[in-house]
Amino acid sequence: MLTLFLIFYPVVAATLILLIRGERIKQAALVAALVELAIAGAALVSFKPDASSQFGFDYAWIGSLGIRFSAGIDGISILLVLLTGLLVPFIILSTFNRSYKQPATFYALMLYMQAALMGVFTARDGFLFYLFFEAALIPIYFLAAMWGGENRIPVTFKFFVYTIFGSLFMLVALVYLYYQTPATLTAPHSAAIADFYKLKLTPEAQNWLFWAFFIAFAIKMPVFPFHTWQPDTYVESPTPATMLLAGIMLKMGVYGLIRFILPIVPLGVEAWGKTAIILSVIGIVYGSIIAIRQRDMKRLIAYSSFSHVGLMAAGVFSQTETGMQGALVQMLAHGINVVGMFFVADVIFSRTNTRQLDQLGGITQSTPKLTVFFMIMLLGSVALPLTNGFVGEFLLLHGVFTSNHYLGLAAGFTIIFGAVYMLRLFQKSMFGSTTSRTETFADLTSSESWVFIPLVVMVFWIGVYPNTFLELTQPAVVNLMKYIGTTAVSMK
Amino acid sequence: MKIELLCALIPLFPLVGFLINGLGFRRVPTGLVGFIATAAVLASFLISISLFLGFQAEAGPQIATLFDWISVGDLHINFSFQIDQLSLLMLLVVTGVGSLIHLYSIGYMHHDEGFGKFMAFLNLFIFFMLLLVMGSNYVIMFIGWEGVGLCSYLLIGFWNKNTSYNNAARKAFVMNRIGDLGFLLGIFLIINTFGTVEYLDVFKQATSLGMGDKTILAITLLLFVGAMGKSAQIPLYTWLPDAMAGPTPVSALIHAATMVTAGIYMVVRSNVLYTLSPLTLEIIGGIAIATALLAASIGLLQNDIKKVLAYSTVSQLGYMFLGLSATAYTAGMFHVITHAFFKALLFLGAGSVIHAMSDEQDIRKMGGLRKALPITFFTFLLGTWAISGIPPLAGFFSKDEILAHVYEHSKLLWALGVLGSGLTSFYMFRLLFLTFFGEFRGTDEQKHHLHESPLTMTLPLMILAVLSVVGGALNLPGGGWLSHFMEPLFEGSRQVNPEAFAEGAIDHSTEYMLMAISSGVAIVSLIIAYVMYISRGAVPASDSAERSLPEQVVYNKYYVDELYDTIIVRPIRGLGDALYSFGEGLVDGVVNGVAWLVRQGSAQLRLLQNGSIGFYVLAMVVSIVLIFAFRFFIRL
Repeated sequence: MLTLFLIFYPVVAATLILLIRGERIKQAALVAALVELAIAGAALVSFKPDASSQFGFDYAWIGSLGIRFSAGIDGISILLVLLTGLLVPFIILSTFNRSYKQPATFYALMLYMQAALMGVFTARDGFLFYLFFEAALIPIYFLAAMWGGENRIPVTFKFFVYTIFGSLFMLVALVYLYYQTPATLTAPHSAAIADFYKLKLTPEAQNWLFWAFFIAFAIKMPVFPFHTWQPDTYVESPTPATMLLAGIMLKMGVYGLIRFILPIVPLGVEAWGKTAIILSVIGIVYGSIIAIRQRDMKRLIAYSSFSHVGLMAAGVFSQTETGMQGALVQMLAHGINVVGMFFVADVIFSRTNTRQLDQLGGITQSTPKLTVFFMIMLLGSVALPLTNGFVGEFLLLHGVFTSNHYLGLAAGFTIIFGAVYMLRLFQKSMFGSTTSRTETFADLTSSESWVFIPLVVMVFWIGVYPNTFLELTQPAVVNLMKYIGTTAVSMK
Repeated sequence: MKIELLCALIPLFPLVGFLINGLGFRRVPTGLVGFIATAAVLASFLISISLFLGFQAEAGPQIATLFDWISVGDLHINFSFQIDQLSLLMLLVVTGVGSLIHLYSIGYMHHDEGFGKFMAFLNLFIFFMLLLVMGSNYVIMFIGWEGVGLCSYLLIGFWNKNTSYNNAARKAFVMNRIGDLGFLLGIFLIINTFGTVEYLDVFKQATSLGMGDKTILAITLLLFVGAMGKSAQIPLYTWLPDAMAGPTPVSALIHAATMVTAGIYMVVRSNVLYTLSPLTLEIIGGIAIATALLAASIGLLQNDIKKVLAYSTVSQLGYMFLGLSATAYTAGMFHVITHAFFKALLFLGAGSVIHAMSDEQDIRKMGGLRKALPITFFTFLLGTWAISGIPPLAGFFSKDEILAHVYEHSKLLWALGVLGSGLTSFYMFRLLFLTFFGEFRGTDEQKHHLHESPLTMTLPLMILAVLSVVGGALNLPGGGWLSHFMEPLFEGSRQVNPEAFAEGAIDHSTEYMLMAISSGVAIVSLIIAYVMYISRGAVPASDSAERSLPEQVVYNKYYVDELYDTIIVRPIRGLGDALYSFGEGLVDGVVNGVAWLVRQGSAQLRLLQNGSIGFYVLAMVVSIVLIFAFRFFIRL
């Protein structure tokens, strides 16, 4: 039942916020999101680390078609539920010193977004998953299109059409799978994901299904060469929307790979997984080389995020336990780091009215707090040991290296290039002498500090004692790996 | 007390010191800052001594497991420490020399507005360095390995208003990261080969492998790439001279005595693996001697007091690896220890000079300083004597032991090593003479200001000077204490390749002759330097002076930085620009092309919606037939 709350409570809260008039909207939204965090926290604490699906519900939805309203949390979902619950309140808090027009709509959309994301990560029915997958797009589209930068209209339109286009392939795949499930005169077909796992699909079907799913998820993450919507969208969106996109929404793609592609089309993965790893690794190197030359802080972080997510995809397709566990932990870690980094860019922009690195410099001279928080988020991003980024990248790179030594080496360039562009970002903005725009830079306010503090706690928690999280996902990953191993054999 | 607690306390003290001074920056009183930071390291030093005294060789290595850090499937990476001969030696050096340099920093840095931050970073460095040497597996070593790199970055760019210092810091971090990638891949290969990263388990399994095993070759080479970065060997050495941008105590602690020797520590720690792979050792030997000679030759013409010492550090690290390549692991560690004494001494002495000279580092503007800075001069003289390998100071014994083993291994490498030792003696005495002898060449203002440093700075100098004099006693020729102490570490290596550890391949008369030759060469170099810079009173030409072509090349450090810039840095930047402006356009063009095709297609399809009911009915019927046909035929 907890899952039902996780999905529907934000909808109710958002609708109530739409009714509020006056000053207290931000506070109300924050409280609403903190309550959601408490529910997610309750799920986390009472979660039993085994391979089962927990806190679930299951209602007939379109009964005659066997489509059910069914959701629950298992080891693959749990960290993403935590991530979604954890980030949204602090994304809301990050807006406390900014003002957005029509605040009620703005915050309500963020909460609707949260509800849809929770739905994506917990759905146990293929069509329900699809519904939430598409539903998540609507609030983020309005957030970007209504509160975005100058170029927002064409950019968000492209983003919208591109991702819709991708998900249509997935819809076709889901319909196909649905019709493959057994049906009798009394019992209709089933859209339960668990029933999809039981299908014995032909190799030919698996090949095209692989691509139908992969394109949908690859656009979402994005994986090279499906990424061209992403940098512009990240730059043009208002920062809270960018945080939602990069922090949580792109994980829908990685999650989809693990939830759908690996278990449903193992032969498709066998045939095309290597191609997918190669595309991902190209993205890692390609994205980070471009990031090295960016002048706009947000665009730089956007390319870095593109590069990082490539590693997650590669790790998943390595089909190793380390790669899979690494991807799950890294999704959590990356969400935290990227939100922190975008917030740094937002803090700097709010005080200097620029994101151009060559107009910045010397900020550290007046900002001990910002310097420390920025440095810690940066260390997480460059995967320094004892920070969250290390655990994920270590496991992911091990996974990729195990599947192929040369691809592991190529993917490993992320730790070199990552250091280059991140330290450049830090140096150009924080060090050197001040410019006319940074002379009177004020350090963080207390509400801004409180955005960073929980993120920093998570950076070190995951970095120093990752087993808290690895233990939650381990049984589900083991189960999945075993399952993939046996089905692939039986299908041959 | 329990070993776990003691082991945990050693890195914990500096970590707490870091947190107090770091979080309380500008709030902790200046007087207390230095005290807290120094006391933290001193406390670790005292615990290390107690561990050392309580250590029983017969009991073997002690493992202190704190907790299970990363567990995935069968792979368990423990957060655990290993106390054995090697980690104890490193602990004593790191915390001992570290305490002295902390003490020195109080005098050197307390006027700086970032004093608290500086001491905090030094403590953080010690914390990571301790993890590096204490870890019981490769991943804990890697935590320290990357952590010291971070501290190095923070401290090189400590004066962060200066862009060239920041660039030096970034260069150091990135070059180290290149090495770290190698190290990381080495760890992955170890995991996939042995299923564990714990030293004891890995080495136990490794002893059953044959000499020249291919996987071991790959592992050792990958790990060595890490060592090239951290210990500044060709081709990853160019960050170290630039790292001199950091405050001088940093150069002494990080870029001379401790961090840069991490690569040697790593090889000695993994000695079983390296012994198993003679080819790797050959490669290390080649790189080591090339690095030693290249750096020494650059040192001949440098005029910045710290740069000379930096190139000498690169060169001495080359000697240590040279020793390792001849499986003289003890000799390599011996040189790590004596080098920590005399190179820390030399850097701190240089700091004292720079302090007195109001931040002047150019030796062409110094001269005659021995009268104004007697303690600094005398200790610097002892340091120079020690590093030059002239008996009976510490450097003579350790370098001689390396060269003796190299001689057994390869006469050519030995001859080149002796040549390098002559170069070392020359540039070090050149430095000494130009700085402390002759006439003062600085400004009147500087001359007026000249003063000996306070006791917090001279006391560490004196202690290190004593150690540089007597340090050789640790391992006198013919089976000294250190050889005996470290022997159990090489049990596995001895097992896999007994010949490499055979006793007394060269007789004593040859050994004495080798000693005589190498010290003779060093003394001759000293005399040449004396004649040039004291008798003739020569002063190196200004930067803009005409130079012969070879001199020009060496003076500009063989243009290696420029080479890297041309073949690596600029191409990557160019590629970044090209991908951003053309690559992205191209990928996007394809996407837009597909969108265009879809639009065109839909324009055609739109014609179907022509408003004729009859056509719609026809379309419906055809579709229904098709759907039935599809379900009927295809789904059978």
